[in-house]
Amino acid sequence: MNTETLINFAYIVSSILFIFGLKMLGRQATARRGNMLSSLGMLLAVVVTLIDRQVVTFQWIITGLAVGGVIGFACARLIKMTSMPEMVALLNGFGGLASLLVGWAEYAKPGEPLSTFTSTVIVLAVFIGGMTFTGSLYAFGKLSGKLSGKPVLFGGQQIVNGMLVLGLAVAGALFVINSGVGAMGPSAFYALLAVAFVLGITMVMPIGGGDMPVVISMLNSLSGLAACAAGFVILNNVLIVAGCLVGTSGVILTIIMCKAMNRSIANVLFSGFGSDATAAAGNSEGQIQGELKPISAEDSFAVLEAARQVVIVPGYGMAVSQAQHIVRELAEMLEENGAEVRFAIHPVAGRMPGHMNVLLAEASVPYEQLVEMDSVNPQMPMMDVAIVIGANDVVNPAAARDKSSPIYGMPIINAHEARTVICLKRGKGAGFSGIENQLFLLPNTRMLYGDAKASLQAVAGEFKAMAEA
Amino acid sequence: MELMLLLFIFVLAAFLGFELIAKVPSQLHTPLMSGSNAISGITIVGALLAAGADDGSMLTTILGTTAVALATINVIGGYLVTDRMLGMFKKKDSGKKGGDA
Repeated sequence: MNTETLINFAYIVSSILFIFGLKMLGRQATARRGNMLSSLGMLLAVVVTLIDRQVVTFQWIITGLAVGGVIGFACARLIKMTSMPEMVALLNGFGGLASLLVGWAEYAKPGEPLSTFTSTVIVLAVFIGGMTFTGSLYAFGKLSGKLSGKPVLFGGQQIVNGMLVLGLAVAGALFVINSGVGAMGPSAFYALLAVAFVLGITMVMPIGGGDMPVVISMLNSLSGLAACAAGFVILNNVLIVAGCLVGTSGVILTIIMCKAMNRSIANVLFSGFGSDATAAAGNSEGQIQGELKPISAEDSFAVLEAARQVVIVPGYGMAVSQAQHIVRELAEMLEENGAEVRFAIHPVAGRMPGHMNVLLAEASVPYEQLVEMDSVNPQMPMMDVAIVIGANDVVNPAAARDKSSPIYGMPIINAHEARTVICLKRGKGAGFSGIENQLFLLPNTRMLYGDAKASLQAVAGEFKAMAEA
Repeated sequence: MELMLLLFIFVLAAFLGFELIAKVPSQLHTPLMSGSNAISGITIVGALLAAGADDGSMLTTILGTTAVALATINVIGGYLVTDRMLGMFKKKDSGKKGGDA
């Protein structure tokens, strides 16, 4: 068997390992093994590539592997679980840039002018990879708080984006027509590169913090498609299969996230959601009935002490104040006190798909205690207390009732149906979307103001005092 | 003909992807995302070929080596962080012992 056959055979095995790995990642019991299986596939693909006859020098490969390995290892070990969204964004960006460079390297390779096919797929790899890279970096900036999480809109944004797409098409076409050579070839390539980078930024710019789960899963999908395009560039099956699998999984997650907000992808990407809602909320302020009723930590304790059925609804606020550990402690205290505690997780709570699940897992909350929106909602009227921790839009009853609300139609966790609702909130401002939450104004709702962690510590302190007494 | 073959593989892989991932509990959304993100680092194969080629072009080597480094971050970081996350998902019994966080 010659080397080439052996390599291709190994690539098939790698692809199978990726497929099984992904399948197993979809079930709790097998997820960890699935991830290991898929990493084995990756290792195999890397090792057999090293015996490819195209690979003749190793010093640069070793340099690259060493540098990347150390950085990757350090990132994975040192990152805090609360920083997972930005970590995922950053990794996406690196993958995208790597695919771009693979396309570029093929172009830079000395030899005959590119065929129409190769130049076309190089355009795709550069365009998708470049957009993924800068888009991910911008998302990283937003998620880590280095850039404002608010949607950034400027006049004529749609026109600018339209021009960029047009520029992209023109540069790409010129590159292909000239086969990347001559007077036009290289300049068309650099123009393409520049436009792809700019487009990545202008794409993520108008998207608000609460829509980040959609953006992250979309960038994830794009990083896969970039790898796929790179696979077409170097005519490599394993890149095409693996990249395509990642691309589709990202698309599915994106669709799930959009459904959870009852909005279309186009609406998320282009509407600058939340920026104009602020104005709308200001106008309709008179319509909202009721008032905010504050509650102290002592009174919250009294309510919780008597409760038998408690549901906790976490949101981004829990991540911000890093309150997941004290939440778990309080849940344990409630259970020792005889209450049944469950956590209701909205699919888009937080800044990435599954954000709340990761945080609560970090705090050792067993996953059986976490329930999804659809299964908890029918039980809501039986709940004595719902504790809303830094969640806002995902519990806003306006989504079900108020047709004029920008979030009308979004499925929510019906926290308002619980007998008593305790909302933990930092201050009196509106949520990310700028919408006044009608839940806060209902007669059965009490507001526990302050940092979520500090408030919960105060309530937990009351429980401790009771236990000691 | 080879192009058609590649396109064929692409389309089949797309359908396979949809079938594989269509029903994943929201609990696993983040690990699925970071795990599949690590797989997108497969572009490392192309990067290795570019970095290891001896075609006399300095630019190819630089691009290839940078791509190897970036893809390695993506692969190693992605798999390890996914494993770390999945290691934290616990059942009720083991969960009580407190976390390693």
